[in-house]
Amino acid sequence: MADRFPSPFDISTPDGAEGWQELYTYSSLFGEERREYEDAAFWFHDGVHWPEALTPWDTTFMEFAIASLSQYNTRHYLIPPAYGVDFRILNGYVYLSPVPAPAEEIEARVPLFMERAGFYFGNWDRLYDDWLVKIRDLVKEMSALSFTSLPDMEELEVITSGAGKGSGNDLLASYHRLLDLSLTLWQYHFEFLNLGYAAYLDFFGFCKAAFPSIPDLAIAKMVAGVDVDLFRPDDELKKLARLAVSSGIDDRFVAGGDVATIWQKLEADEAGGAWIAEWERAAEPWFNFSTGSGFYHTDKIWIENTEVPVGYITDYIVKVKEGIDLDRPVDALHVERDRVVGEYRELLDSEEDREAFDAKLGLSRTVFPYVENHNFYVEHWAHSVLWRKMRDLGKVLESAGFIADTEDVFMFKRSELADVLWDLYAAWAVGAPARGPGYWPGEIQRRRHIHQALKEWSAPPALGIPPEVVTEPFTVMLWGITSDSVAAWLNSGEGDDEGVLSGFAASPGLVEGPARVIFSADQIGEIEDGEILVAPLTAPSWAPIFGKIKATVTDVGGMMSHAAIVCREYGLPAVTGTAFGTKTIKTGQMLRVDGNTGKVTILEG
Amino acid sequence: MSECPTAIPFGTLTAEHHPHVGGKCASLGTMSQAGLPVPPGFAVTTQVFRDAKAFSGSEHRLVEIVDGALDRLAVITQDALEVVAAQAREVLMTWEIPEEHETRIRQMYDDLCALSGLEDVPVAVRSSSTAEDSPDASFAGEHDTYLWVCGIDDVLEKIRRCWASLYTGRAIMYRHELGYDRNDVDMAVAVQKMVRPRAAGVAFTLDPSNGDRSGICIDAAWGFGEGVVSGDVTPDNFLVDKVMWSISRRTISPKTHAHLLTEGESFGHPKVSRVSVPEDQVNVPSLTDEEIVTIARLARAAEKHYGCPQDIEWAVDDDLPRGEDAVLLQARPETVWSKRHHAVGAKPDPMASIVDTLVNPLYAKRRTQPA
Repeated sequence: MADRFPSPFDISTPDGAEGWQELYTYSSLFGEERREYEDAAFWFHDGVHWPEALTPWDTTFMEFAIASLSQYNTRHYLIPPAYGVDFRILNGYVYLSPVPAPAEEIEARVPLFMERAGFYFGNWDRLYDDWLVKIRDLVKEMSALSFTSLPDMEELEVITSGAGKGSGNDLLASYHRLLDLSLTLWQYHFEFLNLGYAAYLDFFGFCKAAFPSIPDLAIAKMVAGVDVDLFRPDDELKKLARLAVSSGIDDRFVAGGDVATIWQKLEADEAGGAWIAEWERAAEPWFNFSTGSGFYHTDKIWIENTEVPVGYITDYIVKVKEGIDLDRPVDALHVERDRVVGEYRELLDSEEDREAFDAKLGLSRTVFPYVENHNFYVEHWAHSVLWRKMRDLGKVLESAGFIADTEDVFMFKRSELADVLWDLYAAWAVGAPARGPGYWPGEIQRRRHIHQALKEWSAPPALGIPPEVVTEPFTVMLWGITSDSVAAWLNSGEGDDEGVLSGFAASPGLVEGPARVIFSADQIGEIEDGEILVAPLTAPSWAPIFGKIKATVTDVGGMMSHAAIVCREYGLPAVTGTAFGTKTIKTGQMLRVDGNTGKVTILEG
Repeated sequence: MSECPTAIPFGTLTAEHHPHVGGKCASLGTMSQAGLPVPPGFAVTTQVFRDAKAFSGSEHRLVEIVDGALDRLAVITQDALEVVAAQAREVLMTWEIPEEHETRIRQMYDDLCALSGLEDVPVAVRSSSTAEDSPDASFAGEHDTYLWVCGIDDVLEKIRRCWASLYTGRAIMYRHELGYDRNDVDMAVAVQKMVRPRAAGVAFTLDPSNGDRSGICIDAAWGFGEGVVSGDVTPDNFLVDKVMWSISRRTISPKTHAHLLTEGESFGHPKVSRVSVPEDQVNVPSLTDEEIVTIARLARAAEKHYGCPQDIEWAVDDDLPRGEDAVLLQARPETVWSKRHHAVGAKPDPMASIVDTLVNPLYAKRRTQPA
């Protein structure tokens, strides 16, 4: 077994991607200036959130997210053993490196942490209620941002109101505001999350001490909520499917049908009109739902790609008519959760242990609604709004001739875009040609080629020197990276167990079936009944396909990944974090997925 | 109950029957009722014994013999007592099972044969006396047990022999010393299928490697469980979580030998010998996942029934239909870990505990232990 991963400085540029460094913020690149530090560290590829090569602008949310996460550890709560997580982009892919707090500082951080985190734990419900208000206000403010082409002449009202400033100023300010609000969004995202995971880890550790062999998923099951906002979009689809059947308008939904035609038919009568009203009520906010992680501008959002939710509704209508019960068995899930808690509790050795168990479980359940729900508000809802605003901005640039296509706006770096808007504004102000229309279309063409070459590159799971043991709690919790997974990566390709992949036993059960390997939400339509889904990762919005598949295998993610949570919900076996699933497995191969042991075996094909 | 039936399958034997089936059968019935699947069989009730006694007309003769002996107890020798006891048994062996009862017993045995798919299913015929009900008298080994009894005629014969075993010198003395009415004791009989295990072994309702009470640890090997108990075969080992019912650990051992029924007899019984396992079976798990969980559930039911961690012996009977083939052979309290205190002792202050979790993460602790 190798004892280290390649140095980031030994990774070569893929053919055709020369100059890729110019696509990303200078500070997020590996470089000679920090080589000593960078070469001594351990870096893992974050495929959980960023499985694909990023376009320049899409790095924004990555940088905002990881910096915000880090800031709370390092500067707000002073998590005793952990500073933040350092981040780099290599060949377009995200690599992260947890930074431990210096050993001599840990002790001094403890009382500070206890005071600060203690305040949050002590006032959690109130602060979380405030958070829900804050986040809605933030989304509202984002939604109010407006990006429109600069007028040939300012409105008279600008003069008569004595505004004293013009549309160009507003355009620049709106972009700056969008960036500021985005950073605030990510600050909010991590206001609770690290603490939530700390409380969960404490309960987790207690359970493992009491019951060394307790399955991780049993602990997750005791804490997990049954009514989670992430399930809400799917629940709304089911409601709409039932409404279509009960109001006798289901015949207007035909598989593969064109949404505009369906809408036309619906608008023709009262029942159809009522259904559309229900759709609109559900759509805001619940269909601000990404088909991916929400971190890519290419992730489809339901509300803008209505063929996706309408397709799911059409499938559900068929099931409703077959008399299949679409409801999640909420009562049964509550009963099962109570049973699991009650039985482990009874097995504890002493009353003191039962008291500690109750307290830790109680705190975990207090913090968990945030852990489970924040994702909808941030990555889905707010990001949907932000992507929309960026496209509005893209249209402005497109009509000014700076770019050939709206989507090209994501080929600018975020700071560069301020300069581009300056160019646009200044030329408009002067009434002379801007440099951009002559400069950017060609440059963007070049960047697209580079990005394409990066997309085809396969990112190694890790770089640098692995720690003897992975102890950083958030690395384990958020990314599912443990000493064992590091060892498995080091081992890979040495072929001890040919045709066997190992990952997290994320949802129990043992099944065999044919594999369906898919790489993005666009391929969801290829999945057939009874197949085993093999994907880099899954997204919450894929929920409707979990009624079709027999099991899930992912490359990345741990016990708390979306695939794990949803599969437990649907009672399907899941093995997550296999690292090489989509690379090793081919569509059509027969697989055995053992969600009890975390093993995936390729049987034939 | 208006009338006591002739015979009662263990699966339907409830508390109201207990006065008529003796201690052994009552215990088998209780286990069945508690979801502990003992090997199938039935209780021949004391009604049969009493009717046979009445029908024989020799009840007075029996009383005379026993009273004669016990009244002279001060002077009678052990040898003389045995002679008297032999006379009593001789009388008892003249008793006939009344025809109506015999028909029912035949029917029950036929049912057992049908369930097992065997013409003359081998059974154990065990005494189950009403005196055994007493909590302070075990009567262990006082009365007869016959193993590998095949065919209804032999079963009927062994039932009568069990009755007769009420009158051994020792049994007479034992009852006398414990103050039982010397003649008011009845005998029921348990007829129970002999298990022919495809796989067998033991199970603990905790993980004996660390005392983890959430685990059920199963050792399993091909054939009879003797090899697992004595250690002359290396069993497969499985760990099942008793709340989630997931298999959290499995170790498949090379099982080169197994204890199986072989040709020939020893002491009138079929012979169980240690034999080589065919090569293609050596590394095959001796239990399916479904069987593993079934056995774990069976062990857990025993733990719940007896209220403390259990050490059980179990078997998967090759003769019984799938789904009904996992049987409990024995259950006794686990004595090593269950007496040990193993509280977690988490820090009572929640914040201090969270700090501890963050500073000394579990994954670091875990790696310091041997895998």
